Amino acid sequence: MSKGFPETRTDTAMSELVPEPRPKPAVPMKPVGINPNLLGYIGIDTIIEQMRKKTMKTGFDFNIMVVGQSGLGKSTLVNTLFKSQVSRKASSWNREEKIPKTVEIKAIGHVIEEGGVKMKLTVIDTPGFGDQINNENCWEPIEKYINEQYEKFLKEEVNIARKKRIPDTRVHCCLYFISPTGHSLRPLDLEFMKHLSKVVNIIPVIAKADTMTLEEKSEFKQRVRKELEVNGIEFYPQKEFDEDLEDKTENDKIRQESMPFAVVGSDKEYQVNGKRVLGRKTPWGIIEVENLNHCEFALLRDFVIRTHLQDLKEVTHNIHYETYRAKRLNDNGGLPPGEGLLGTVLPPVPATPCPTAE
Amino acid sequence: MSKQQPTQFINPETPGYVGFANLPNQVHRKSVKKGFEFTLMVVGESGLGKSTLINSLFLTDLYPERVIPGAAEKIERTVQIEASTVEIEERGVKLRLTVVDTPGYGDAINCRDCFKTIISYIDEQFERYLHDESGLNRRHILDNRVHCCFYFISPFGHGLKPLDVAFMKAIHNKVNIVPVIAKADTLTLKERERLKKRILDEIEEHNIKIYHLPDAESDEDEDFKEQTRLLKASIPFSVVGSNQLIEAKGKKVRGRLYPWGVVEVENPEHNDFLKLRTMLITHMQDLQEVTQDLHYENFRSERLKRGGRKVENEDMNKDQILLEKEAELRRMQEMIARMQAQMQLQLQGGDGDGGVHGHHV
Repeated sequence: MSKGFPETRTDTAMSELVPEPRPKPAVPMKPVGINPNLLGYIGIDTIIEQMRKKTMKTGFDFNIMVVGQSGLGKSTLVNTLFKSQVSRKASSWNREEKIPKTVEIKAIGHVIEEGGVKMKLTVIDTPGFGDQINNENCWEPIEKYINEQYEKFLKEEVNIARKKRIPDTRVHCCLYFISPTGHSLRPLDLEFMKHLSKVVNIIPVIAKADTMTLEEKSEFKQRVRKELEVNGIEFYPQKEFDEDLEDKTENDKIRQESMPFAVVGSDKEYQVNGKRVLGRKTPWGIIEVENLNHCEFALLRDFVIRTHLQDLKEVTHNIHYETYRAKRLNDNGGLPPGEGLLGTVLPPVPATPCPTAE
Repeated sequence: MSKQQPTQFINPETPGYVGFANLPNQVHRKSVKKGFEFTLMVVGESGLGKSTLINSLFLTDLYPERVIPGAAEKIERTVQIEASTVEIEERGVKLRLTVVDTPGYGDAINCRDCFKTIISYIDEQFERYLHDESGLNRRHILDNRVHCCFYFISPFGHGLKPLDVAFMKAIHNKVNIVPVIAKADTLTLKERERLKKRILDEIEEHNIKIYHLPDAESDEDEDFKEQTRLLKASIPFSVVGSNQLIEAKGKKVRGRLYPWGVVEVENPEHNDFLKLRTMLITHMQDLQEVTQDLHYENFRSERLKRGGRKVENEDMNKDQILLEKEAELRRMQEMIARMQAQMQLQLQGGDGDGGVHGHHV
C-alpha cells in the first residue's frame, strides 16, 4: 500500500496485476485504535473496502486445470467444488465417447455469481492424459498450453497500446488426480509433477477416496507425501514462497498434515438426518461429500476457494509468469518478444527440460 | 465243454446289470488320492487388490513378506512373473494351487512391452507340457499350464482401457480369461451395472473371447440350473477382498470398515465375491478341460506345424549320417582290400625269405 494514491488507470490494473495484501476476512469499518500515535483517524484502512467494491464491479478470472486418468471423477469434483455444472461433463459431452488418442485440451468458461461478486471461471480439462498404452511425454501438450497462455499475456503486456484489463487465461491452479491404489504414486504421476511443478501451481488430490478405509487413507497420504519430498516435487503451497511466519505456519500445517486432500465428489443429493446433502448412496451407507469424517472435500474447497484463491493467482502472476517472462526476454536478448534484431517473429520458448531431483 | 452262460455274471437282483456304473466311483477315489492341480494367473495394474482377493478366496496369506516398491523404483522395473504354490486340503481332497502373479504389469509409462513376458511364460508352460507328453516317461507329468487368468479391471475408468483390450486380445487364444472388476466398493449399484454393461459391450466390440460358463445340463436339478444362470448374468464379477474380521450386526464378518458403513465380503448384495468363488470351485474341472482341449491343442498344432521344419532338419541330418557311415564303410573296405593285397605280395615275395610257410611250389 506504499504506492500512494494511484491514478485512475493503474487503479483498475492494481486489482489484477500488482501484488496486494491478502484481504483479512472481517473488514473493520471503524478505527480499532491500532496505532496510538495517530492523532486522529485518517481512513487509510478504508482502501480495503474500496478494493472490495472495485473487485465486485470488475469481477475476476479464475482458471483451473484438471489432470488425471479418465474416470477418476475430475469433472464431478469440479462441479461439486463450484456447485454448478461447469465441467465438460455437463456441456454436451457424451459419456460414451471414446478415449482420445492424444491428450486434448478443452477449456470451458462460465460466469458464476455469489454475493454480488462475479467470477469468470474457466475449467481446463485434459482428456486422454495417461490413458494410452504408451504414455511417454503425454504431459507435453499440457505444458505447451500453459506456456502459450503465458505467451499470450506477455504479448499483451508489451504492447504499446495495451488493454485496460488484460484478459487472464493463465492457468492459476492445476488439480492433479492421483489414483487411490493405496500403494504409492505411479511413475507417470512422478514424471508429470516433476515437469509441471515448475511452471504451474499443482495441487495433488487423491481421487475417489471412498475406496480406502481411514487407516489406508492416512498410510497412503504419508507415503505420497514422502515420495513427493524425496523426488523434490514442490506442490502448492510452495515452501519457498511463504511470505511471513504466519503464512509459513499455516501452510506447513496444510503441507504436512492435510495434503494431498483425499476427496469424493458427487452431484446428487440425498436425505441424511433430515438434511439434504451431496453424497453417494451405496448398499452399506451414504457417503457424505461435505462431512469431514468421510472425506476431505470440504478442506479442499476451503483451501482453493475460501482462503487461497487470491494467493493462487498471485503466485501464478508473480512467480511462474515472471519466470517465463524473464526467460523469454533473456532468450531474446532483452528485447520484447515477437521482435528479433531484424524484426523477425521468434517462436515461444519450448517446454522446460526435466529438472533432476535434488 | 459247457458254454458259460452270461447269466453267471449278472447281479441276480437287477437283470441286465453289468456293474460298470461303478466306474465313476473308482475314478473319483483315484482322483482324490492323486489330488488336483490348478494354476491361476492374476493380471492387473498395481493397487487393484489382487493379492488381497487371492488371500480372501483361498483363506490364506500367499504373500507374507511383501514389499511394495515406490514410484521411482517402478520406473526401472519390468514385468516379473512370480509363482507361489500352496497345498490346500479339504475333507481329504488335496488341491495343489499355484498362483502366478505379474507385478509390474501396467505400471510403466510405456506399457507396450509389458505383456510379452506374460505371454512367453504361458507359452513356456505349454512347451514344457508338450515336451513331457512326447517324452519316454509319461508317468508323472507335472501340469503347470495356466488354467485360468483373472484379469483385473479398474473400477475407476469408464470401461476397458486400451491396455486391457490389447492384453486380452493377445492372450484370449492361450488361456481362459475371467474378467473381474476390482475394488467394487467404489461403485454404487447403478454405476456397477453401467460399468458391467459397458465392459461386456466393449468385449463384444473387440471380439475378445472370455471364458464362458457352460450351460447346466438338462438333467441337473433346478437349483444348480438357477445358480448357473445367476453366475452367467453377473459376469464380469465385481469383487471386494478382505481378510479382516469386522463386527457387523452382532457377528464377526470379513469386511472393510468405513466411517459410513461396513462392506461385507461375503454378502451377495454388497459384491460378487461369493459368486466368483462358486464359479471357480464348481468349474475348476471345466477350466482345466478347456485349457487341455482348446488352448493346449491350439498351441500344439501351431507348434507342430512350425516345428515341422525342425523335424526335416533332423531327417536331413540322418541322411547325412547314413551317407557318412556308408563312406566310412567303403573306406574300411578299401583298406581291407589293400591290406589283403599287401599280404598277397608278401606271401609271393616271401619265398626267398623263408619266413612264411607258403604253399607254393
